[in-house]
Amino acid sequence: MIRSDDQLRFTGRALLRQRFRTLMQLIAMSIGVLAVVLLTGLGEGARQYVLGEFSILGKDILLMLPGRKETSGGMPPITGEGTRDITLQDAEAVLRLPDVEAVAPLVVGKAEISRGARNRESLVIGANQAFFRIRHVELARGQILPELPLEQTSPVCVIGETLRQELFAPQPALGQWVGVDAYRCRVIGILADTGTGLGMNMNEALIMPVASSMQVFNTEGVFRVMIDVRSVLAMKSLTASIENLMRERHDGQLDVTLITPDSLLQAFDNILAILTFAIAGIGAVSLVVAGVLIMNMTLITVSQRTAEIGLLKALGASSHEVRTLFVMEAVILSLIGAVTGTALAYVFLWLARIKFPDIPFSAPLWASLSAVLLAVLCGFLFSWLPASRAASQPPVMALQNQSGK
Amino acid sequence: MAAAEPLIRVAGVNKTFMLGDEPVHALNNIGLTIRGGEYLSVMGPSGSGKSTLLNMLGLLDVPDNGQYWLAGADTVPMTEEQRAVYRREQIGFVFQSYHLIPRLTAAENMELPLTLAGIPPAERKRRLAPVISRLGLESRAGHLPNQLSGGQRQRVAIGRAIIMKPNLLLADEPTGNLDSQSGQEVVTLLEELNAEGITLIVVTHDSDMGGRARRRIRMVDGVIVSDSDSPDSGSSAA
Ligand SMILES: Nc1ncnc2c1ncn2[C@@H]1O[C@H](COP(=O)(O)OP(=O)(O)OP(=O)(O)O)[C@@H](O)[C@H]1O
Ligand SMILES: [Mg+2]
Repeated sequence: MIRSDDQLRFTGRALLRQRFRTLMQLIAMSIGVLAVVLLTGLGEGARQYVLGEFSILGKDILLMLPGRKETSGGMPPITGEGTRDITLQDAEAVLRLPDVEAVAPLVVGKAEISRGARNRESLVIGANQAFFRIRHVELARGQILPELPLEQTSPVCVIGETLRQELFAPQPALGQWVGVDAYRCRVIGILADTGTGLGMNMNEALIMPVASSMQVFNTEGVFRVMIDVRSVLAMKSLTASIENLMRERHDGQLDVTLITPDSLLQAFDNILAILTFAIAGIGAVSLVVAGVLIMNMTLITVSQRTAEIGLLKALGASSHEVRTLFVMEAVILSLIGAVTGTALAYVFLWLARIKFPDIPFSAPLWASLSAVLLAVLCGFLFSWLPASRAASQPPVMALQNQSGK
Repeated sequence: MAAAEPLIRVAGVNKTFMLGDEPVHALNNIGLTIRGGEYLSVMGPSGSGKSTLLNMLGLLDVPDNGQYWLAGADTVPMTEEQRAVYRREQIGFVFQSYHLIPRLTAAENMELPLTLAGIPPAERKRRLAPVISRLGLESRAGHLPNQLSGGQRQRVAIGRAIIMKPNLLLADEPTGNLDSQSGQEVVTLLEELNAEGITLIVVTHDSDMGGRARRRIRMVDGVIVSDSDSPDSGSSAA
């Protein structure tokens, strides 16, 4: 039996000698693997991105929205004015419930932010101090909103980095006044550059006390209320008691919707998981295509080299040894191709991360592993069959194959 | 006949190929006994079964029926793996078209049987050196086959055939692709090897070369029509 170092050298020679064939097989294999790893990496990145967006909200956060999104069998409300607003009083009532750690009523809208001659339309968020903690909003400089009773206005605001640059640069912004439509407030803090979250680009946002924002937008109702629950375990019972509370406060009608980020996340996660699998499916198809390419290449190789197979057998190698030689060759080749493809995919994903730093593009391990495994399996199988066939013939058949041409 | 066991004993061997629907009786009831150290030539018209006989003797092919005893062992019922062992240890083969592996150097081609047999590199070197100098290929050992002349290639092929020190050396038209000068050298080399003890069987079209053998066999249509050693095995045509 040939020594394994000799076998490797023999294989290496064969691969180096037929550079074109080797290159084609390498390309076929690496493209197949590249497709699988890259596509799943992109899909997985998108999935992780959306998941990350949601996880900014903790697991112990409830969202209360005005309006009823689901009808639980009862008659839809036929009151002419539709649903009632969620007021700051409602939010305060929720805060008084046991198990509620904090509430952050939110008002969201667009307003013209002005400062001297500069102005721009921008996102305005009415919030309170708890909002910063619940949303993990970090500051680059200054302070967050002061602790105030919800109904109390205060002429202060915290602005995002983009807004600061556009309105103030190169002058310092802290302590300066800005106009928010007809109102004025003083900048007390600058947000750290954290990019987007839940569809809101915080870099372009101005955050002011919720009561002040209600004056700006001339509204009585809040956009939503974030409710920080003391314990995740209390989530279920709390949901019921908030619904009871709101029904009481709104004349016996339940006209709010409570959302746990978990349930939202679940829905999205399912969709995205399906997406990831679909993408992996595309990748797998491309791998099969590459496999067929390898099969053809191997078939050509083996038939081109039947004379060599015959010769090796004539020199005393057994069919088993000859087959091992050829299968080894194909397997080594597909392994190199697969590793190259994986490496390329990782480079592309890395480039994608540089281009889109917000999205954590990265191939899941299972995708890389199964792509490489599948590639090697393709190489193995598609070389095994023709090599076995060629090797099991009497050597004279293989030898004559060449002398006949 | 000598009492000692002959190296080769063939009895009642047939081999039929199908050419389209036509059966071709390439070997027709062949019987042959060859003692160790003999020098045989096999001649005959094209298509008479010479190569088929040699391939069968070299275990490159199996007869349809009949018996073939090699070095005391009945080879016909052997498995392909067992035959591989006999090919490796008992038989050296020299082909008309050399059959060297183009990506391996002359030395590597010659040591290939050792490599396939799993012999460690140091031992391979030790065994290779005398063969290379025996063939006068010292200056060509590192060359690839396409950098060698036909005669040199055939000498490399002979080196490969004898590196395992086989009992039997089979050559199918070893000079067929060579000019007369290098053909002469190859014949001389083969005869020297025979003089050192190896059993040599040469298939040739060249009557000069065939005539040099101590024992001459003539085939026509798959039948041995004459054998200079045992005139009764066929009609004794000269
Ligand atoms: N693999 C094969 N398939 C079909 N027929 C074959 C095969 N090998 C040999 N033959 C036939 O068997 C007969 C003997 O062939 P063989 O090669 O032994 O002749 P040969 O005496 O060596 O001829 P040459 O002098 O031309 O080499 C021929 O008729 C040939 O066509
Ligand atoms: Mg012939």
